[in-house]
Amino acid sequence: MQIFHRSTNTISRVSLFGAVFFVGLSLWIFYDLEASPWTTQQNVAREQPVQFSHAHHAGAIGIDCRYCHTSVEKAAFAGIPPTKTCMNCHSQIWAQSPYLEPVRESFRTDKSLEWTRVHDLPDFVYFNHAIHVNKGIGCESCHGRIDQMPLVYQAARLQMSWCLDCHRHPEKQIRPKDQVFTMGYVPPVDQATLGPELVQRYHLRSRAVLESCSTCHR
Amino acid sequence: MSGQGLPLPVFTPGRTAAPAEPEPLDFDGLKKRLDGERGAGYWRSLEELAKTPEFAAALREIDNGRNLEEGFDRRDLLKFMGVSFALAGLTACTRQPAEKIVPYVRQPEQVIPGGKPLYFATAMTVSGFATGLLVESQLGRPTKAEGNPMHPASLGATDLFGQASLYDLYDPDRSQTLQYLDEIRPWAAFLGAARKAAGEERATGGAGLRFLTESVCSPTLASQLASLLRDFPGARWIEWEPAGRDNVREGARLAFGEYADVVADLAKADVIFSIGSDFLSCGPGNLAMTRHFSRRRRPEGEHGPMNRLYVVETASTVTGANADHRLPVPASRVEDVVRGIAKALGVAGSGANGSVASSPNPFEAAVAADLKAHAGRCVVLVGPEQAPAVHALGHAMNQTLGNFGKTVRAIEPVDARPSNQLTGLVELTRDMAAGKVSTLVILGGNPVFTAPADLEFSAGLAKVKHRIHLSPHVDETSAACQWHIPQAHFLEAWSDARCFDGTASIVQPLIATLYQGRSAHEVLAALQGAPEASGYEIVRAFWRGELGTDFETRWTRALHDGVIEGTAFPDKPVRMAESPGGSGPSGVAPGGASASSPPAGDPASPELELVFRPDPKLLDGRFANNGWLQELPDPITRLTWDNAALFSIETAKRLGIRKEDVVELKLRGRSLKAAAWIEPGLPDGTVVLNLGHGRTRGGRLGTGTGSNAYALRCSDALWSARGLEVRNTGVSHPLASAQLHQNMEGREIVRAASLEEYQKNPAFVHEKEKEPEPSLSLYPQYPSDTYAWAMAIDLSACVGCNACVLACQSENNIPVVGKDQVRRGREMHWLRIDHYYGGAPANPTHFFEPVPCMHCEKAPCELVCPVGATVHSAEGLNDMVYNRCVGTRYCSNNCPYKVRRFNFYHYSTQFRAPSMRMLANPDVTVRWRGVMEKCTYCVQRINGAKIDSELADRRVKDGEITTACAQACPAEAIVFGDLADKNSRVAKLRENPRNYGLLSELGTRPRTTYLGSVRNLNPALSREVQTDFPHTELDTETGQK
Repeated sequence: MQIFHRSTNTISRVSLFGAVFFVGLSLWIFYDLEASPWTTQQNVAREQPVQFSHAHHAGAIGIDCRYCHTSVEKAAFAGIPPTKTCMNCHSQIWAQSPYLEPVRESFRTDKSLEWTRVHDLPDFVYFNHAIHVNKGIGCESCHGRIDQMPLVYQAARLQMSWCLDCHRHPEKQIRPKDQVFTMGYVPPVDQATLGPELVQRYHLRSRAVLESCSTCHR
Repeated sequence: MSGQGLPLPVFTPGRTAAPAEPEPLDFDGLKKRLDGERGAGYWRSLEELAKTPEFAAALREIDNGRNLEEGFDRRDLLKFMGVSFALAGLTACTRQPAEKIVPYVRQPEQVIPGGKPLYFATAMTVSGFATGLLVESQLGRPTKAEGNPMHPASLGATDLFGQASLYDLYDPDRSQTLQYLDEIRPWAAFLGAARKAAGEERATGGAGLRFLTESVCSPTLASQLASLLRDFPGARWIEWEPAGRDNVREGARLAFGEYADVVADLAKADVIFSIGSDFLSCGPGNLAMTRHFSRRRRPEGEHGPMNRLYVVETASTVTGANADHRLPVPASRVEDVVRGIAKALGVAGSGANGSVASSPNPFEAAVAADLKAHAGRCVVLVGPEQAPAVHALGHAMNQTLGNFGKTVRAIEPVDARPSNQLTGLVELTRDMAAGKVSTLVILGGNPVFTAPADLEFSAGLAKVKHRIHLSPHVDETSAACQWHIPQAHFLEAWSDARCFDGTASIVQPLIATLYQGRSAHEVLAALQGAPEASGYEIVRAFWRGELGTDFETRWTRALHDGVIEGTAFPDKPVRMAESPGGSGPSGVAPGGASASSPPAGDPASPELELVFRPDPKLLDGRFANNGWLQELPDPITRLTWDNAALFSIETAKRLGIRKEDVVELKLRGRSLKAAAWIEPGLPDGTVVLNLGHGRTRGGRLGTGTGSNAYALRCSDALWSARGLEVRNTGVSHPLASAQLHQNMEGREIVRAASLEEYQKNPAFVHEKEKEPEPSLSLYPQYPSDTYAWAMAIDLSACVGCNACVLACQSENNIPVVGKDQVRRGREMHWLRIDHYYGGAPANPTHFFEPVPCMHCEKAPCELVCPVGATVHSAEGLNDMVYNRCVGTRYCSNNCPYKVRRFNFYHYSTQFRAPSMRMLANPDVTVRWRGVMEKCTYCVQRINGAKIDSELADRRVKDGEITTACAQACPAEAIVFGDLADKNSRVAKLRENPRNYGLLSELGTRPRTTYLGSVRNLNPALSREVQTDFPHTELDTETGQK
């Protein structure tokens, strides 16, 4: 006697396969979502209190990064310029521009401008700008073509696997120290030989040290 | 408030009901057991010795709150697992909230936001005396206190109070507003009232005006008060320090005929005889004394031959615990013992009292002989609790031994105006009761709480017309005054202070007042009609007059260095005052009210003595609301969040008292309830009660912990009183002692020897140990081409002062967990100090052992973590990765050293209070619930120094990295460094024969190692460390052989 209909065979096969497929799909969705700009905020330009354009200041005019980000070579934090830095120029040029009213207001009232943080690492990560800049890692390697961004967005994923890619293979990203602040640096064709050479010359720590958890987490 | 004890806080033990009626300790059996097995020697509690069920219960590492064996069925388990899994998964799906960056408008020079902290020199005063500090400022908020190496009272080290001062600054319970009868008032309202009161007083020349301050060593404040007293000739200035130095001052006057401070230089002392002086844990100059004492404790003799410390004391103190020979003596007999020694030394006129035996007992004879043999190279120190006559005897002994000008020197008193504070307070209360006082200005202090009970201070205070109180909290005294002015913290206000040798420092603020705080300088200026004068102007104006020419340069240098050059007091020539009869120095002869008469009564139930002492953590009660200090285990009893009436074993046995029994202490018609605790090494017939607990208005943390010893303290018996009656109420009050937590079950943890044994076998620590060959391990070696961080802790140098524990807590954002959690063994201190006893319980030897993470090269914790949250770094650190940790606690289970701490609750929420969030160190992650944590060797400091060195393209130099514990340590007992550098201090210490690893027979290869403890025993007194001292031959009831 036949209890089950013939189609049961198909249904059971499909559901078995379907279960595996479903689990795989959920994992894939989860993984993809986790690495997506929805989570990482990659490539999302942020609204700022002043319509400050890096493309204009760093790109078109060519102001050095360090004119504003003064502590990038000596401290963990690169530094966000005080209002005074803006007013160095803008008390003379564009002094009446309505776009710059928030800046003048801040200077007048002694109240800080409140910028939205674009590159925000979790609080248990202790990133240090000085050591990267001094070991031949260019601004561009993490921040992208800032000189072409009217509004700054986060160019890289900034997730741990992305950090580790470079901590494991710094020779692929390292550049001569005099090129650290260059935007649009093109690695030479012999990066494969130059990279390891620079790693040696700049005394980068061994991979084991760069990979150790306490290098970034405290 | 006197007359009865405070209600003890209600404690709910939760699901873990105490085991039924605990067995009383079998003391006789215990004694036999000890006599039988001398070998092992070290123990941590009487319960451990007696092997009672409580001890077995305490061995369970952590009380989980919910016992799996009872009422946890399969369904519950599945529910919990399901919910935990779902929640664990869901919490991972969060996006980071948007953050703001708020730059300066005009950035100050030197400040690098988010970069490097700045350090400012300042000074903290405790009981008037200053200790120099260097305080770290992160973007304008003070975050860590370190010692100032240029300051003579600090020498780079800090004590408990220096470390804990930051908690006080950010204490959310601090008084925030000026109040008049509990209503908020503006400063202007106070100024109006003050002007009116001053006008009234001026009419009578200030006859009804009184100023009550704490001990004043601030030159500026003293000059302000002096000028006020000139304006109001009838006014009086009274100082009151409840744990004060009246006896020290009066003793000096007795000996020299005038006030003088005597300063000891322990660097030159071969033999130190302390008469109840706890110079290693508190008092003026304690850090400098500890530094010089500890340098001479190393048997290698780097700074001179090993010194020897004799201690005669009543309560067990840190100093007594470090003694080579300690004699516990009831308070009333101390003078007799000292007199015996003085007589043996040939101090003229020290003639014995009737009760002193004609020939000294062995202890007295040995101390006297040793002092004599080291005349000019020894020191006699006397504690502030001892009677003036004992101080005079101490000075006479130093004089007879020729120590003046060598190891001790007299200087002008550091107190701005030395006086007998008790006499002043008695006069004040008499005047108040008689209605002679119309305006009382109380600058700091809490006299309603701390004044002797028999003076009825608060009753007198109620009769004063204008009562003004300046204090950091709205405390017991504020409640009894009309005007309460919030006092600015020392990190918020300008001031100055002198330290133990007279060196003056400017107290420099690091932050503007958080609330409406005022300093004593500003309040006095307001009373003098200069309400707008700022503390800065007042202090500067004073020093402009003192420093003379080139003021600006010298002022700037004083601020930078933290000391004002050339202000240390020169030696003061003193002569022992002759007694009228010419038979020797006055004050030395026996007699007077304080001289003892033999205790009367039935020898079977001899009279009990109550001894008061300042709490090692809360002092006189001023630090009662400081969570760090409350939770810090007492150095000896390891009690937290409470004080207790301490009984000796024999006395407890005689009175039928067990630990945690609530006893009623009755003294002269006053009574107090307190929890009992049995402390080995106390003299029989003595009950010790620490001051400072039992506050009624002490803030959220300080109110209701322990019992208020002041309720029994009378003006004629400030430090000890006879005629105590003790009644067991039959009620039990649970106490939270950390003594049995993280127990390592009788293994060879502490290793000690006498100097003689050490000289015979410098490698005595390795006698029993069998460390396996490194090649026996299955696990690979870690790379050795880079730094290899390691720590060495010298147990000979460590005095057990606890400063390192607080330094670690402050540096590493370690939360306070509360009494209930401490009772469950969940205190979070990354660094603990284990306290071991050795020898017989009547007078045991004490050993302290700081235990941080061992950073094992073959770490057992790493192998069992299922998620890789604890892993090894290339430099040998055992890293803890908080964001990977899922809280299985396997690592803690597998750690043989019990150094891992688990966040059972969200303890770190305390860092969310608006003021407390400023306390956190921004360089260290604040941990959350369900995460394991432990000592990191201050990896934030290691990384900071490594980055600095790499920017300069060099290796990290030895000494460039100090961990927080090592930096605070006054004894220089903790050394941190790089093992790969063969010339580093730590690498050399590892080569020392005294160096051993804890449980290294397990093959863990710990990076933290210890140097065995060596005690310099007097061969005339005993043969081995475990041997107890002649005390056992003495009948302590009579002090005679």
